[in-house]
Amino acid sequence: MPHNQPLFLARRSYRRRRMMDAVRLLPAFGAVLLMLPLLWQPADTPEPDTAHGLVYLFAVWLVLIVAALSLSRGLAPALLAPEEPVSPGTEADAGGEGGAG
Amino acid sequence: MPFNILVAVSLLYVVVLFGVAFVAERRARGGLAGWLRSPLVYTLSLSIYCTAWTFYGAVGYAARSGLEFLTIYLGPTLVFVGWWWVLRKLVRIGRAQRVTSIADLISSRYGKSNFLGVLVTLMAVLASTPYIALQLQSVTLSFGVFASDTPEGWALPDQGATALWLAAGLTLFTILFGTRNLDANERHHGIVMAIAVEAVVKLVALLAVGIFVVWGVAGGVADVLARIDASAISDWNLKPGRWAGLTFVSAAAILTLPRMFQVMVVENADERHVATASWAFPLYLMLMSLFVVPIAVVGLEIMPAGSNPDLFVLTIPLSAGAGKLALLAFLGGFSSATSMVIVAAIALATMVSNHIVTPLWLALRVGSARAPGDVRGIVLMSRRLSIGAVLALGYTYYHLSGGSAALAAIGLISFVGAAQVLPAMIGGIYWRGATHVGAAMGLITGFGIWLYCLFLPSFGADGLISTQVMAEGPFGIGWLRPQALFGIVGLDPLLHALFWSILLNTATFLIGSLASFPGPMERLQGVAFVNIFDQSSGPGGWVKSAAEAEDLLSMSQRILGPEEAQRFFQAQAAAQGKLGFLPDPTPDFIARLERQLAGSVGAATSHAMIAQLSGGATVSVQDLIAVAGEAQQIKEYSAQLEAKSDELARTARALREANDKLTDLSVQKDAFLSQISHELRTPMTSIRAFSEILMEVDLPDEMRTKYAGIIHDETRRLTRLLDDLLDLSVLENRRVQSNIGVANLHDLLSKAVTSASNTRPDRAFVVQRDAASEHMPVFTDTDRLLQVFINIVSNARKYCDAERAVLRIEVKKRGRIVEIDFIDNGSGIPKKSQALIFEKFARLTDTSHAGGAGLGLAICREIMANLGGSIDYLPGQGGAAFRVRLPLKRAS
Repeated sequence: MPHNQPLFLARRSYRRRRMMDAVRLLPAFGAVLLMLPLLWQPADTPEPDTAHGLVYLFAVWLVLIVAALSLSRGLAPALLAPEEPVSPGTEADAGGEGGAG
Repeated sequence: MPFNILVAVSLLYVVVLFGVAFVAERRARGGLAGWLRSPLVYTLSLSIYCTAWTFYGAVGYAARSGLEFLTIYLGPTLVFVGWWWVLRKLVRIGRAQRVTSIADLISSRYGKSNFLGVLVTLMAVLASTPYIALQLQSVTLSFGVFASDTPEGWALPDQGATALWLAAGLTLFTILFGTRNLDANERHHGIVMAIAVEAVVKLVALLAVGIFVVWGVAGGVADVLARIDASAISDWNLKPGRWAGLTFVSAAAILTLPRMFQVMVVENADERHVATASWAFPLYLMLMSLFVVPIAVVGLEIMPAGSNPDLFVLTIPLSAGAGKLALLAFLGGFSSATSMVIVAAIALATMVSNHIVTPLWLALRVGSARAPGDVRGIVLMSRRLSIGAVLALGYTYYHLSGGSAALAAIGLISFVGAAQVLPAMIGGIYWRGATHVGAAMGLITGFGIWLYCLFLPSFGADGLISTQVMAEGPFGIGWLRPQALFGIVGLDPLLHALFWSILLNTATFLIGSLASFPGPMERLQGVAFVNIFDQSSGPGGWVKSAAEAEDLLSMSQRILGPEEAQRFFQAQAAAQGKLGFLPDPTPDFIARLERQLAGSVGAATSHAMIAQLSGGATVSVQDLIAVAGEAQQIKEYSAQLEAKSDELARTARALREANDKLTDLSVQKDAFLSQISHELRTPMTSIRAFSEILMEVDLPDEMRTKYAGIIHDETRRLTRLLDDLLDLSVLENRRVQSNIGVANLHDLLSKAVTSASNTRPDRAFVVQRDAASEHMPVFTDTDRLLQVFINIVSNARKYCDAERAVLRIEVKKRGRIVEIDFIDNGSGIPKKSQALIFEKFARLTDTSHAGGAGLGLAICREIMANLGGSIDYLPGQGGAAFRVRLPLKRAS
């Protein structure tokens, strides 16, 4: 942890920081769920189950949308005031996002 | 549904769109843009991702390949829910750098390189042309569906005419609302609003058809699910490569498609809109895809075999007798096609005009940007012409390809082409080490492979690539077959092209970047892009701002328009605390102006224009090296000069010293001459006077004797003086006859002290000697040596000004040399005179009391030189000190 970051954050800043983590993880999470059908060979299954697959994909889609909705609600204040003094970490976070890109 | 009504409704719809765009534009102009710039409008404008390819083609795609069509929408969904990663950064960069297009982004990131701008522009035009043709084709086809009721049947009287009218109408609309203002940051409110309306229309249309199919034709959700499993679609085989590959390419395309970049980044009014779009846009995509499979399944079931599944959205309602629904569906398809074409045309025209036409125009004009000319008019005109050209290209492609290929194939080819920008883009915003060399290499490689493996073969067998080349490779080189590079056979052609192009693109991009060296501007831009969240001010400052504010204003007026430019300048001047229109051309102001202009003509052009005016064209490393080299040369030269001038200064100092000495000597000589005249005159005067007395007859004898004695003394004095002069002259000419003898030094010194004692005999004068050290024989001209000693001792007696005068005589033997020091305790000789005392005629004080003519020491020096020794003044001994050096045995 860089020395300029406070060790203990206010509760709200802490929440916001974890939400940033969550929104970064969301596409990876979504990608895994959406790539699961790779294990699935609809033409070879004894019972036709394309409909199930369709329902599954749309369900994942909906989950992603709802998750993105709640996260974007929570992160809107962070966008408004990216240089707020209480969280010098936002900038460090923003700078560090290249690492996992 | 009568065909004429369809045409009338379409025209009416177009008029409504014109109205919406016009009102929106007017409200924006009146400052009432509030709700026009809402996140909802932003999200809806993103819906141009769903073109006619989605509206009609998705159903056809599903009918052919099952659920694979979903990948096209799942990829963008992942990008949008992961907006914190890339989208947020792209939008921030786009706003901070006033990026006008994807080509501008790449060009700006890599040191405002126009070459890259041109490259990306060409790629974008080439990749988008088939896509635009696809939209024209879909509208023409949909017209054809309705025309099938007419006596001419499916074949419209003139299908080409429909496409042509459509292209012309779109050109008109795009030019009207797309090139009204120049600065991209003003944004195209009218067009964005019209697109938002169209987005609603197409969503409503597709949902309406879907609901009609599920609950009207089929028997609800459960029935549809059962029908899906029963249908042929259920037999689709999920190909893992295509599933993952298409998800990837659609995710890449939403970032790199020129039209998507336009609405997503350029038209973005507020960064927070991205947060809303992160869930709203995936929701839109999901709703658009929701009924695709049911429509396809039901269409396959109820429509006659062989009917085009791409048109099920229209043909199912038509066959079910729902004419109004079909009309709505038609309008939805029409909206999808037109909105895509309009935005694509704007985006491409901006790129073409900013990166190709305007730089060419600037380069062809010999004059500078200062020269009179309406740059703004030129840019607008080139943009209008570009819009026309882009649509003409699309129409030509449609006309040539004959509109036969399936919709989905064309769309995917375009996607893969657009995705080639991805490595340069992502590398550019996350990696400071990415260079323009790497970017250019990657782009060229990826684009070349795309052209060779996907685009050219897409024209069909014996189209642009012959069947023989397809089967055996060019010149029979098997591993270069367009669809089996490196001998890997059996891959799906699309996947094959995607894999190799992206892989080699990324590899060359990375290698090129690692191996090359970025220029200063490129590095600044790299930092500005990668660390966009760490900084607020722009990079690439104009360090020297020779630009005159007035010139800048006159140039800006021609680009931004007078009103806009004056407003900007006034605001900047006010920010600097000045009244009027001319702010000081500070680096900060010029950087801001450059970004402002970049919003109109692109970063590279803007930079070039400012560079022309501000006199400081871009500083390259070569320039810096050249400057450093010159500085080094100048430094060396000045060092040489300095050395020379030091030398000159030394010479001058020596000359000055010599001159001073000469001047002193000259003064001394004059003084001596007057002295010697006086010296000669005094005895002469007394001789004459006493001789005259002697001539008197009655002079007593003792008086006569006395006077004669005086005359005699005076004559002797005269003689001595003349002797001295003669002596010196002889000594100086080294014509002296030396009379070598041997003597004890002690005896010589004693004699000298004794002889000198009649000089000022009244004075108390102590001579300190060390007799023991003095006893040594010297072989020399003893008379001359004695003369020197006497002279020195007499001088000491004469000039030593101490109360109790003491003369110390020290004798030291150093090898074959003997040193005799005569040191008194007077005040010594001032430093400035030390050099003069051995000169002829030298006399330090007014010499009335000295009685000599100032020749003594000069004679001594000459004598000592004749004896092979020397006499020097010895400074720092507490009084006057002379050192006589003498060889013990005079060299013969």
